[in-house]
Amino acid sequence: MTQRIASYPGTALSEEDIEQGRVLSVHDRLRADYAWDAGLAVGLYLDGLKAGVILGVRCTRCERTVVPPRAFCEQCFAPMDAFVPLSDVGTVNTFSLCYVTWDVKRIAEPLIPAVIDLDGTSPPAGIMHLMGGVAPDRVHIGMRVRAVWKPERARQGAITDIRYFKPLRRG
Amino acid sequence: MSMRRVAVVGAGMTRFVRRAMETPKELAWHAARMALDSCGLTLNDVGGVCIGSAPDAFDGVHMKGEYLSDGSGAWGKPVMRSYVGGGTGVFLGPHGWYHVASGLFDVVLVVAEEKMSSFYPHAQAAFLTIFDHTTERPLEPNLLWIFALEMNRYMQAYGISKRDIAQVAVKNKRNAADHPCAMLGEANITVEDVLNSEVLAWPVQRLDVSPVSDGAVAIVMAAEGVAERITDRPVWVQGVGWNLDTAYWTNRDLAYPEYVERAARMAYDMAGVREPRKEIHIVEPYDPFDYKELHHLEGLLLADRGKAPELTAQGVTARNGAMPVCPSGGLLGVGNPITAAGLMKVAELFWQLRGEAGARQVPGTPERGLAQAWGDLMQVGTVTILGTQRPA
Ligand SMILES: [Zn+2]
Repeated sequence: MTQRIASYPGTALSEEDIEQGRVLSVHDRLRADYAWDAGLAVGLYLDGLKAGVILGVRCTRCERTVVPPRAFCEQCFAPMDAFVPLSDVGTVNTFSLCYVTWDVKRIAEPLIPAVIDLDGTSPPAGIMHLMGGVAPDRVHIGMRVRAVWKPERARQGAITDIRYFKPLRRG
Repeated sequence: MSMRRVAVVGAGMTRFVRRAMETPKELAWHAARMALDSCGLTLNDVGGVCIGSAPDAFDGVHMKGEYLSDGSGAWGKPVMRSYVGGGTGVFLGPHGWYHVASGLFDVVLVVAEEKMSSFYPHAQAAFLTIFDHTTERPLEPNLLWIFALEMNRYMQAYGISKRDIAQVAVKNKRNAADHPCAMLGEANITVEDVLNSEVLAWPVQRLDVSPVSDGAVAIVMAAEGVAERITDRPVWVQGVGWNLDTAYWTNRDLAYPEYVERAARMAYDMAGVREPRKEIHIVEPYDPFDYKELHHLEGLLLADRGKAPELTAQGVTARNGAMPVCPSGGLLGVGNPITAAGLMKVAELFWQLRGEAGARQVPGTPERGLAQAWGDLMQVGTVTILGTQRPA
């Protein structure tokens, strides 16, 4: 603020004011159910996951292979329809050890989200997923990892058909 | 360019607080009134209104721009809301500039408001829906993830330590101790305090990040010929730039924000800035996380890649350094009501360039400053360059 102005509006409430009901609170529940179309490219991606295959897509014009697949190349705007099965082995591009859930609950054992560059893509072309089957202090950038799939019967055509990625080798 | 020149002529700001008693409209009204009063104008002088505010989900009011319009002084006026996530506050620079430069309005009121605390218990959950609904959301992502993943990649790419980065939080929180509207100013904070704070999503710790807050900021923009009649010290918009990358954020080099560079180059070109490191005298880059200030200084071409931490360590970016960065205290120090925090950076340049920043005033007579913000799924770069010299 400028030195020319002497008073500054904005009145802070404390957490206690809320908890003790000194402030009006209304808890509302939004009723909004969505039925999403996966679309052509991601639809094939999901079919692939159900079959235990990670599908990428290649732009024949700029010679990039990316995942998740898309119907058009956002860079050269050409159609992208050369689907290619990728390896389910990749390299940790980056990771975090997260002690807070999406709705801000503390957890003792961290979730380990990571960006994983799958073999066969044109880097940078990672996907976000979780790491598992590994002690948090062992995870490092550059670690080689492999997808751990749900049993075939339990797969439903979703990104969660891959349970997590675990180190390719012990240690 | 056949556009008209545009100046900022007034500004106002509320305190940034954890939970405001005031409603969003009341916060907006306080800031807007203050901005008009600061340059002796009334609503009758205002041709159009530009509103910036982040997701409707924070307030639980759909079409928040419409909800906010009367508190923003837009009753019966042409009004437009822009929204590019965290980048919105600085996007209001180009937004307001366009309205005036085009010749459509002589004077516009530009209002940014955010009340994040309405979302209970925590605004965090409102961010979940920015992730792709099919390929990412089933993993129950946390907004902190993308920052933690990017920060870790940045550290790894250039061998940067947590200690290097913590210095940014210390600098900004100390700077904010001089800001009368600051929520997070701490004159005596140390690097150890930051390194010992709770780990949220390693490498992000509590004091690496600015928490949920509420507040509003407004500025008044006017056309050449009008601006000079309103004030004898208009601060000119010399350049604006913005750029949006794709939502495939994992298909990107996470160590370098290319969309920021593209936005910066657009703004530098417009401002005629050829050597930004010499010609930009104050920088207000977006710092909702401490590593972000560093990442952004590099994207703005104000530091070599991986070298921004050295500028912090050497004091170059201190308020009395050769290139003061976040002399306001930034989001880490003043607070982070998202859109308001971005426009706060533009307002800070206005006050600094007029020599009105009080205890925060950078030494010398700075002639040009740059504000930058970033947002969405790590996609958008927005840049506004202000200066004391009327553009050619
Ligand atoms: Zn292409």
